[in-house]
Amino acid sequence: MTRILLVVFLRDLMLARRIGGGGVLGLVFFLSLVTVVPFAIGPDLNLLSRIGPAILWIAALLASLLGLDRLFQADHEDGSLDQMLLSPAPLELIVLVKCVAHWFVTGLPLVMLSPLFGLMLDLDGPALRAVAATLLVGTPAFTFLGAIGAALTVTLRRGGLLLSILVVPLAVPVLIFGVSAAQSGTVPFLTPFLVLCALGLASVALAPIAAAAALRGAGE
Amino acid sequence: MDITQRCHLLIEDLSVARGERVVFGGVSLRLGSGEIAEVTGPNGVGKSTLLRAIAGFLPLGSGRMSWVESEATDSAPLAERLHYVGHLDGLKSALTARENLEIGLGILGRGRLTPLEALDRMELAHVLDLPVGYLSAGQRRRVALARLLIADRPLWLLDEPLTALDRHARALLKAIVADHLGSGGLMLAATHEPLGLPGTIQVRLGAR
Repeated sequence: MTRILLVVFLRDLMLARRIGGGGVLGLVFFLSLVTVVPFAIGPDLNLLSRIGPAILWIAALLASLLGLDRLFQADHEDGSLDQMLLSPAPLELIVLVKCVAHWFVTGLPLVMLSPLFGLMLDLDGPALRAVAATLLVGTPAFTFLGAIGAALTVTLRRGGLLLSILVVPLAVPVLIFGVSAAQSGTVPFLTPFLVLCALGLASVALAPIAAAAALRGAGE
Repeated sequence: MDITQRCHLLIEDLSVARGERVVFGGVSLRLGSGEIAEVTGPNGVGKSTLLRAIAGFLPLGSGRMSWVESEATDSAPLAERLHYVGHLDGLKSALTARENLEIGLGILGRGRLTPLEALDRMELAHVLDLPVGYLSAGQRRRVALARLLIADRPLWLLDEPLTALDRHARALLKAIVADHLGSGGLMLAATHEPLGLPGTIQVRLGAR
């Protein structure tokens, strides 16, 4: 069982490396969003550092959504998903592993580079740490919630837009608690951060079940 | 091969509906170890649907389907005891034939032949380390069929297995299927061109 899941994990990492796109695309999108916002807001450093964490979080949410439509679609189109349905490993666990692999490729780079991007928004040291910590917990939640949308839209050719509409409402609670933890000063860090952790863990536990059910229905 | 144990696939009065529309109804079939059945019928009559329903990708409508494996060491569900090769080959173009087959083995479990041995049976050993995207349609098909030999599963469901294969590859596939049946395997194929193996059970769809 663990061997099967390890194979799926390494396979998805290998495919991401060979085909490229997903992870780098998300990073470039993240970077361009963060670069453009200061131009739009104007030369007000105080305002910028106050809304900086929120900008980083919105950028992370949108960047996470960007590559998600291909999470299951590529496997559906070439028949690999059928083979996974025939595996002794439950589809729920395969979905879980695919999401983890997807997060490694797309979410983790965002988290690691977020302090660098935070500097561009005039965030100070504690704020940078808070943003990185909250994104580390929050981006997996985006990936797993997005997996539900990706599974529901797996048969649609242009499912990306529908996926965003489906997923963004689900991601709102994560966004609220993520940003309120990252915006230190107004509220204590720990309380919203713990709620954020709970949301993240709940999405990791529940989203694979929903996504697997949607994928089984997509066989139709 | 350790699938010599007796297996039976029993289908009684099976029907499958997609949405409101009944695709086919009243299909009965009894398939035992060493037997091959061919599903025939005009285009759109539901041959692929039947195979996908047996594989468990589609919900069954009415009727019964059972899988019996005497002397089974474990009571694995049917989905873990069958191979399915459909119109989509389940191969990743960016990965080499070897990587594709290793992943196939990893996902399906219960290994039998190594990727090299399996490709050798399909006379494709020379493409082992080529990305599958570089291969021709027939070669891709042969790599997908090599997956049958990689993991040890008694029931083979093949949807139009002869598509894109040249005459030599067809003979290869026929020999592989004959070997599989000889060692107690079962096969169900949806096809317009019979494989021509002796004792083939005919399942005709659309003869209503």
